[in-house]
Amino acid sequence: MNSLADQLLVLCLLLNFAVLGTSRLGFSVRAVALQGVALGVLPALVHPFSWHLVAIVAGIIVVKGAVIPVLIVRAIHKADIQREFEPFIGYIPSLVLGALFTSLAFIFAARLPLAPEHEGLLFVPASIATLMCGFLVLMGRRKAISQVIGYLLMENGIFIFGLLLTEAMPVMVEAGALLDLLVGVFVMGIVINHISREFSSLDTSRLSALRED
Amino acid sequence: MYLMWAFVLLPLLGALIAWLIPDNRRRSFVLPVAGLVHLALTLTLMIDTPPPSPGHWIYLDALGKLNLLSNSILFLVCASYAVGYLNYRRKRPNRVLCISLLVCLSAMTLVAISQHLGLLWIALEMTTITMAPLIYFNRNARSIEATWKYLLICSVGIAIALLGLFFLAYSTIVAKQEVSLLLGSLIADAAALHPGWRHTAFIFLLVGFGSKMGLAPLHTWKPDAYGEAPGLVGALLAGGLVNCALLALLRVYQIAVASSEGGLFQEVLLGLGLVSMAFAAVFMARQSDFKRMLAYSSVEHVGIIAVALGLGRAALFAALLHMINNALTKGVLFLSSGNIHRAYNSKSTQFVRGALRRTPWSGALFLAAFLAITGSPPFGPFVSEFLIVSSAFVQQSYWTGSLFLLFLAMIFIGMASTVIPVVLGKLPKDMEKTPYRDTIHTVLPPLFLMGLVLMLGLWIPAPLQDLLHEAAGLLGGDQ
Repeated sequence: MNSLADQLLVLCLLLNFAVLGTSRLGFSVRAVALQGVALGVLPALVHPFSWHLVAIVAGIIVVKGAVIPVLIVRAIHKADIQREFEPFIGYIPSLVLGALFTSLAFIFAARLPLAPEHEGLLFVPASIATLMCGFLVLMGRRKAISQVIGYLLMENGIFIFGLLLTEAMPVMVEAGALLDLLVGVFVMGIVINHISREFSSLDTSRLSALRED
Repeated sequence: MYLMWAFVLLPLLGALIAWLIPDNRRRSFVLPVAGLVHLALTLTLMIDTPPPSPGHWIYLDALGKLNLLSNSILFLVCASYAVGYLNYRRKRPNRVLCISLLVCLSAMTLVAISQHLGLLWIALEMTTITMAPLIYFNRNARSIEATWKYLLICSVGIAIALLGLFFLAYSTIVAKQEVSLLLGSLIADAAALHPGWRHTAFIFLLVGFGSKMGLAPLHTWKPDAYGEAPGLVGALLAGGLVNCALLALLRVYQIAVASSEGGLFQEVLLGLGLVSMAFAAVFMARQSDFKRMLAYSSVEHVGIIAVALGLGRAALFAALLHMINNALTKGVLFLSSGNIHRAYNSKSTQFVRGALRRTPWSGALFLAAFLAITGSPPFGPFVSEFLIVSSAFVQQSYWTGSLFLLFLAMIFIGMASTVIPVVLGKLPKDMEKTPYRDTIHTVLPPLFLMGLVLMLGLWIPAPLQDLLHEAAGLLGGDQ
């Protein structure tokens, strides 16, 4: 494969840190959207040309780069919050943990029994690192919107791994997975609106009425 | 072949019709009609099964048939119940509810008939998403909390399952096989797959599908979602969606048994199953919310099924039988508890007592279904649980068998201490007046299910028995 693909993956890794280090929700959404677009371009670089490929690339770029960010930004405006407050894991610790996970991902990936044609490529470490960073955001933040952003990072990480096996995932399956993601974020957006109306806050740690006594 | 596609598309057509009908009352009738057509199609396709589709993506095998049969019956019953339920809440818009239910039926059908694991994953994710608006039907702070937890935990769980599927596909690349996520070719090549990747894949798939199924300790969303969802949605969650996730797990089981790792996979399932039963036994005791109690009962029963799958051999037949028994009995429990909830406008045992007098039919059904689900004769779950215990002792897994019996006894006592006062206690004096009365619309559907549960306890029809044996054979059990 080529160096442009590697550069895009490095961009993805940097965007993980952008999300980890910021409290501004709008910025996080844009970072994840940019990551989605970068990942959308990747299949075009690593696979031979076909119309199916064009369709799926266009689909990913539109959904991850435009539709999903618009849905989340709209939820942010309706809820009228711009920032994450007092996350469970602070921004500096998040960055440190993110760096730790990323370096561990590289060490781990180097030891994995990969197919010969995939050895030395950035796909596997980038996938694991993005997945872990997504998990970190998901667990470490309070706001519902931040948790959706963490979920999207996770999905992107899984998507990177999926690039290694496009033969096993035909276009219909890819399209279906994308549709599921879109509908999922759509429903999450609606639920977020209702949370902010019901609790006048998006702080998910307030969602604690249902506990075992 | 066209019938198969019609099968998936018909509920979607129903959803479209439901979207177009402007009137709340008339819209609700789309549900039972769609359910009836779906059940008719299910029976037709079970008797005259079409051959696999050209790429082997779509095929209705014995496991799929069992899943489809129980889901289709359960959906029809819930859909008929929905007409009465929605009539009671006529002012509340039900367009989203009807559409979500029908799209979910379509996705559940696709889960049953797909032989491509990627396609199966998409359908399973779709069932997860379509259930979210249904849990939020009551539109209050508690139900939004339950919906958010459900959506987040299940979405993350199912994303992990997708990664597991990718690992499985990657193990074919490393082993220099043709890359595929088709069930048939994965089973055929299972032993040749790269062991490391295959192993990791099994763990991820177990965690992913396990969290959707509600195996402990991944069950934390379940009490909230089941407690806050309307009764008919709870029935579909505990009977329909659990079975869909279970079918996905059974597909993995088929691959695991065909590879050399079947034994390890079974041991992990056995462990998770016993842990689930233990969790249920502990949390069931002194549960003051009878709908949350049902959620722990659901954790218990996925645990029972996991134990049976872990035992393997003769217990596989029992596991599949229990899958159906559990789905049908949960239907009765959730629908009748929904009626009691409405009659008292509360689901706390503090206010709900003497349901047998306030709502005689629903109270009696709730009591009968409680006896059935805890494994009392002569109901269906007794037969399947008895078969599981006896095969544990036949296989000389004395510890498993004894723990299984101990947990069942603890759960019986825990559940009885909640159910008995609710049904048989004295009516509270300061009872809230509600207009709810048992009517034929809200009693007949659970009564019909209860009849099926009783029948399965006394007599399993020969075709069903053959189907169960055939499906157990697919899992590597005795034919």
